Amino acid sequence: MPTPITQPFWDGTRQHRLLLQRCEAGHMIFYPRSHCPGCLSNRLEWVEASGKGTLYSYTVARRPTSPDFEHDVPFVIAVVELDEGPRMTSRLVEVDPDAVRIGMRLEVVFDDVTEEITLPYFRPAGT
Amino acid sequence: MGGLRGEAAIVGIAEFAPVRRPDRTWMGLEAYAELARLALDDAGFSHDDVDGLMTGHLADSGGLFAPGHLTEYLGIASHFSEVVDLGGATGAGAVLRAAIAIEMGLCETALCIVHTLPRPKNPKGGGPTFRMGAWGSPMGEFDYPFGAIGQNYAYALIANRYAYEFGLTDEQRAKVAVDQRKNAMANPKAVFRDPIDIDDVLNSPVIVDPLHMLEIVMPCFGGAAVVVTSKEKAKRAKHRPAYIIGGGENTTHLSVTYDPSFTETPIKAAADRAFEMAGVKRSDIDLASLYDCYTITVLLTLEDTGFCGKGEAGKFVEEHDLTYRGDFPMNTHGGQLSFGQAGMAGGMSHITEAYLQLTGRAGERQLRRCDTVFVHGNGGLMSEQVSLVLRGE
Repeated sequence: MPTPITQPFWDGTRQHRLLLQRCEAGHMIFYPRSHCPGCLSNRLEWVEASGKGTLYSYTVARRPTSPDFEHDVPFVIAVVELDEGPRMTSRLVEVDPDAVRIGMRLEVVFDDVTEEITLPYFRPAGT
Repeated sequence: MGGLRGEAAIVGIAEFAPVRRPDRTWMGLEAYAELARLALDDAGFSHDDVDGLMTGHLADSGGLFAPGHLTEYLGIASHFSEVVDLGGATGAGAVLRAAIAIEMGLCETALCIVHTLPRPKNPKGGGPTFRMGAWGSPMGEFDYPFGAIGQNYAYALIANRYAYEFGLTDEQRAKVAVDQRKNAMANPKAVFRDPIDIDDVLNSPVIVDPLHMLEIVMPCFGGAAVVVTSKEKAKRAKHRPAYIIGGGENTTHLSVTYDPSFTETPIKAAADRAFEMAGVKRSDIDLASLYDCYTITVLLTLEDTGFCGKGEAGKFVEEHDLTYRGDFPMNTHGGQLSFGQAGMAGGMSHITEAYLQLTGRAGERQLRRCDTVFVHGNGGLMSEQVSLVLRGE
């Protein structure tokens, strides 16, 4: 699944580190890419994110969104606004779906799904 | 700002009644041909008039070479062809491109055709090879692994964010579905025609919080075609021409996560441009034909197209009757929620209904006065936006 451009991100999650890109003009970038969407600069470096963020929006999937997720329902799909600025799609864990509130503080947790892929999920901060 | 000069007009339409299961003997290219025949007949034009072609992706032959396939099959020569790839906005995008091509003198009469009828099954199996989860797809890599797949979740994310910023009740969203169902009950071609009330919507199962089943379109099969021609040729059309006097388009993202704002959407820039180009006020509009994949889509579209202020859509739908008998007629065909969403033809239904209303052929649901219509198409995950202003003259 990772491409040569995105591989460092997945290498990072495997080490339980959340990595973002920063361009020479200082734009923070997620998802990983070859050119900055803020200025199309191709001079990007990897930096470690704090792993903290705020819940921008969420939904509870009551039906599987695809057969792959049949055994996960209900689950919380989240859009997290990272403290560094970019938003990312993720999932909320360690929280009752009914207790989820937009604006809540979150922190990253890592789920080693396979040997190659570790997914970054989020849970309420300080739990 | 330059713009359309209103020198291109819709003069004919055709539409299959959407169906939940394909029940037709002709499919694929045959469906294009039948839609072309019906739409040209509606215009009073012949097959020899056609010299432009706008369509969506062709299911046949791996989706490639749609213009070649269609010109050959239909026996036409196209001076300007375009495969429009704007999801639900493909219909509006096709008509906008046809108008541009005609105003620029690239062609004079363009057929815009989209359909979702399946092609005949290959007995040897096999199908399209393209999947969005393919290697190198950002959504495949950064959305799908979290279960963020399809459209439902994205509109639910938008609905929750909207409610957080502005407040919105389930009842307000449900009112949209209920009024549109009343319209569908007056449309013999609509798929869903049983009466529903707000409780029915709220008692239908929650699919993705906060959206209920009756707030979500059901996929159907069908097709639609629109004939667009020059002012000169429009004069000999069977019915009153609907001039395309304003258009606007705006695309900023695909995955909803990267939508610059969930609550002030890319719709706004498309609509502002279309209204400014047309020189028409919101209050001049007799029919709003707004893309409705979900109830929340309609609410955001009402705001971002300027029919009400930001944060006021919930109150707006409560206070207005959105039916063909009401003070703010909207989606008089029933909207895709009740008329049916036949893929890209679902988006085209907002245009075919506009033309029926502008030409006084909408039957029981005909508006007393309909001269100016605003059409909006939305594709992807609140991603691809196309607005049109049409005027019957």
